[in-house]
Amino acid sequence: MRLSSKTITLLGLAVVIAIAPVFFPSSFYYRVGSLIFVNGLAVTGLVILIGYAGQISLGHAGFAGIGAYACALAPVHFGLHPALAAVLGAVLSGIIAWLVGRPILRLKGYYLAVASLGFGVLVSMVLANEAAITGGPDGMAVEDPGLRGALKAIGIDLSNTEFWYAFSGLILVIGAWLALNLYHSPTGRALRALHGSEVAARAVGIDVAGYKLKAFVISAVYASVSGSLLALQNKFITPDVAGFMHSIEMVTMTVLGGAGSVIGAILGAAILTILPQILTVFQEYEQLLLGLVMMLVMIFMRDGLLPSIARRLRRGGE
Amino acid sequence: MSLLQIEGLGIDFGGLRAVNDVSFSLKAGEIVSVIGPNGAGKTTLFNMISGVYLPGRGKVMLDGEDVTRLSPHLLARRGLSRTFQNLQIFHAMTVLENAVVGHHLHERGNILADLLSLPASRRSSRESEESARRLLDRVGLGRAAEQEAGSLSYGALKRLEIARALALKPRVLLLDEPAAGCNAVETEEIDHLIAQMAAEGISILLVEHDMKMVMRISNHIVVLDHGEKIAEGEPAAIARNPRVIEAYLGAQATEANHADG
Repeated sequence: MRLSSKTITLLGLAVVIAIAPVFFPSSFYYRVGSLIFVNGLAVTGLVILIGYAGQISLGHAGFAGIGAYACALAPVHFGLHPALAAVLGAVLSGIIAWLVGRPILRLKGYYLAVASLGFGVLVSMVLANEAAITGGPDGMAVEDPGLRGALKAIGIDLSNTEFWYAFSGLILVIGAWLALNLYHSPTGRALRALHGSEVAARAVGIDVAGYKLKAFVISAVYASVSGSLLALQNKFITPDVAGFMHSIEMVTMTVLGGAGSVIGAILGAAILTILPQILTVFQEYEQLLLGLVMMLVMIFMRDGLLPSIARRLRRGGE
Repeated sequence: MSLLQIEGLGIDFGGLRAVNDVSFSLKAGEIVSVIGPNGAGKTTLFNMISGVYLPGRGKVMLDGEDVTRLSPHLLARRGLSRTFQNLQIFHAMTVLENAVVGHHLHERGNILADLLSLPASRRSSRESEESARRLLDRVGLGRAAEQEAGSLSYGALKRLEIARALALKPRVLLLDEPAAGCNAVETEEIDHLIAQMAAEGISILLVEHDMKMVMRISNHIVVLDHGEKIAEGEPAAIARNPRVIEAYLGAQATEANHADG
């Protein structure tokens, strides 16, 4: 049996996630790994929006913020289980994305970038200023969802960092599976078609505004789940999760690896998550580094790291 | 009974009357050509009929329904599609995928089925793909199916656009200079293809500069000059019409003489 490229990609991703811990010198690396997966998930959503549909959002951290604070607030105020709170956050993010995107995506041009930028700033300001509910800039604690305890009860005993590494990795593989399914489906083709030529997409009957809206809503749900995962594993959350820099970071990760490729974008997330961790000097200059990376990619490899390298290899092979 | 009826269509750009009071009609399986010098308003007329521009005046009736203010994707749903003078190809997709996208309106399933790759979604994709391969064979691109569309020659891309439009199973097809930039062999292939489509009952509205082709395949010709209809009729009558010769055909003949000289 021949394996499809989708199966190979997913198997490869799952194997790397499963085998990487063998090479971890300390448990700290589980933590780095789960951060990569959390960022990778948000970035996979952006691949659908940026890479498939060709639309830019500069406010996706706003949706991560909604997902994160849903996990922090819903258990306290409504007595909801933290895992269900993540679902609530995802639904809420989807609805808000629909409400924001619907009027905007009827317009031609880059209005979505500007509107989403405004939305992201709005969310982070609300989170920082409504201190009575959100704890303000100091942030607030997040309840443990008790999933690790449930695993222990059936005989699987993982440390906290091991559990979140495995769980985030699993969610990332599921997220990548959904995005790759979409690529070769009627909806994915419609998105890629309107990215290529909007007039031609319309001429074959594609409702361009409607499909852009679908991509925006799906990517918002991805960002929300990523925010929830971050809140649950940190057990603490601050408004930074919804901040403008986090939005920029997400877009940079996506275009660095290659916006059109799920694996490329996850690679971009891995690189930009690891760099500040291993080179402490970068921590002080992280924002400067992000700007530099973005510029270099746009100048030298407009398709991103992975597609550019793959093309160079193919050319070399001929 | 005409399938497509254009009544007094007109549009202004600023103070310029780009197209004014153009009327004609198109029966099922008929080939109607719109000719005229550059800047006569042919593509503008096409853009109004296909919903890219909103007409300032007049009506477009499709099978008795007023479709004047409908957007292109809703017109496609009613069986009217088009190709483009300046190619509109999905360059980052393969040739096959370009043709598959043309099946969009015939694909079932929904976004959830697509995300989960449910059997309904996969079956729909497979059916579109099989039909797309048949269409590519028909326009002579069967062997290029797996190539990136951007790598095809100009003439091949013109045929790919036709294959993609045919995938909609349209009732009316607007072809904007399908033979422009094609060599003699390619032109003949497209010529043949258009006649075939019309024989299957598709109404063809054609803008084309290749007069030999227009005279050979059209049932009916509409001549535009400065945005107005100056003549209409069968090819033989149009070729003899003094106004047409003065405005367009004569100019072409003079150009040809210059080229020969």
